[in-house]
Amino acid sequence: MGKVGIIGVGQSAFVRGYPGSIRELAFEGFKEAMQDAQISNKDIDASIICSAPEYDKQRSPAGVFAEYLGLTPQPTCYLESLCSSSSMGLRFAYSLVKSGLHDVVAVVGFQKMSEISSAESQERMGRGADIQWESTFGTMMPAYYAMYAKRHMAEYGTTPEDLALIRVKAATYGQLNEKAVYRKPVTFEMFSDPNSPMSNPVASPLRVGDCCANADGSSCILVASEERAKAFSKKPVWILGLGSASTAVNLAGRDLFSGLTVAKESAAQAYKMAGITAKDVDVAEVHDCFTIAEMMAYENLGFAKPGEGKELIKGKETYKEGSIPVNVDGGLLSKGHPIGATGGSQIRTIVLQLRGEAGDIQVKDPEIGLVHNIGGVGLYGNVSILGR
Amino acid sequence: MGKKREVDDRFKKFGTVSFTAITKVNDFVSQLEEGKVMGTRCKECDAVYFPPRSDCAKCLSSDMEWFEVAGKGKLVSYSKLEYAPIGFGDDLPYAIALLDYGDYKVFGRIADEVPEEEIQVGMEMTTRPNTLSNGQLNFVFQKA
Repeated sequence: MGKVGIIGVGQSAFVRGYPGSIRELAFEGFKEAMQDAQISNKDIDASIICSAPEYDKQRSPAGVFAEYLGLTPQPTCYLESLCSSSSMGLRFAYSLVKSGLHDVVAVVGFQKMSEISSAESQERMGRGADIQWESTFGTMMPAYYAMYAKRHMAEYGTTPEDLALIRVKAATYGQLNEKAVYRKPVTFEMFSDPNSPMSNPVASPLRVGDCCANADGSSCILVASEERAKAFSKKPVWILGLGSASTAVNLAGRDLFSGLTVAKESAAQAYKMAGITAKDVDVAEVHDCFTIAEMMAYENLGFAKPGEGKELIKGKETYKEGSIPVNVDGGLLSKGHPIGATGGSQIRTIVLQLRGEAGDIQVKDPEIGLVHNIGGVGLYGNVSILGR
Repeated sequence: MGKKREVDDRFKKFGTVSFTAITKVNDFVSQLEEGKVMGTRCKECDAVYFPPRSDCAKCLSSDMEWFEVAGKGKLVSYSKLEYAPIGFGDDLPYAIALLDYGDYKVFGRIADEVPEEEIQVGMEMTTRPNTLSNGQLNFVFQKA
């Protein structure tokens, strides 16, 4: 069987309070990907619609989207793995194409989080954990990741200041990303300034500045067989490696609290499939829903040894000019995190980087890029390795 | 008139807000009312579970017995919340935490009376049942 490529990428602007319905939101990411690939709806053999449920009223959004995007009568279905839904979509699209069942598959990710309040949203995300034995205690995403941060600090001496440096980096690039929801500068000093909202505690030791914002957004990735990719695209980007893993929902069923096992396992699978090591990665997008998540990603992906992630950010090694640029599009911390759309946005950034079309944030001549996309509190992991 | 079906929905009493009313481990709540926090052990293969389960994933047996969460556990990690999801605001501030008992771990809350400055990762704590201000039940960790 031949290779599987990506021939088109798109995303909407990630915003607060998108002034339209979810099908209209999805159209934005889809339109950009279609214009990027310069193909027609009839060239697409199937679609996979990805989001986390219960943020809007539409049940079974796949059919509604397929109609609105002009993708009927081709098959469509809905797929979710919380925040990693659209990376999981890429995995399933890959298998549909690799098997020969379809030649071109559209992966459409979306989330309109503004249909409910922030407190309701925290409750929804909290119920992405174990509703019988954890959510009953009043859990929410920042508090779970805060427990990982607290443990990382206790084991390795990581500090809140180390984490603040990750947000400062994110904001450096977020200012350049016209599709990001948060585009203001963030300075290290804001984290110790009681008058700055960045310093407000959320769930110890995480502060407002350590957390990404909810947003509305959509993304689309067009996946094609080698033959179709070469016919449609001057610069196809190839899927070299895919890894995916799960773990116990309840933290009581886990053994590691200073890192995510799903990230380690997904990375090992993806590196093996691609025949590369962490050292071969030229540019990466990691799931920085919280600053501690990016810190753990450095270590779980093998960019740093366990406990040494802080040295990477202190040495600015993950900046655009560093040895391993990470989230130079601003990351979730700047772009916002419209759950089902996030993975597609990360993939888009890496595809643009590998095609040399990333503009102000272009890393010098990258050949291999990596996407690390996590669902829930390290419940689902997806690592995707892409190359020219 | 049809006969009204008896529903064992004891689990709706568990937690500030319960999202599950009916489960085969409903006895957990009655035991909590009697002052005990209980897990389950598989009678076929001795696998130990907390939170309690009615089915064993290791040997597929559903023949389980209860055991009491007793003795000291070590604090794996915790976080004190300043914001809460909808339905939990009246409990603020509160800390969620994980205790490691060796054979199993327990996810819960740290008792309100434990000051945050005295909480240390690795410290020994015990687990006890707790009645919340809204009359619901849960369990909390206190200093050993």
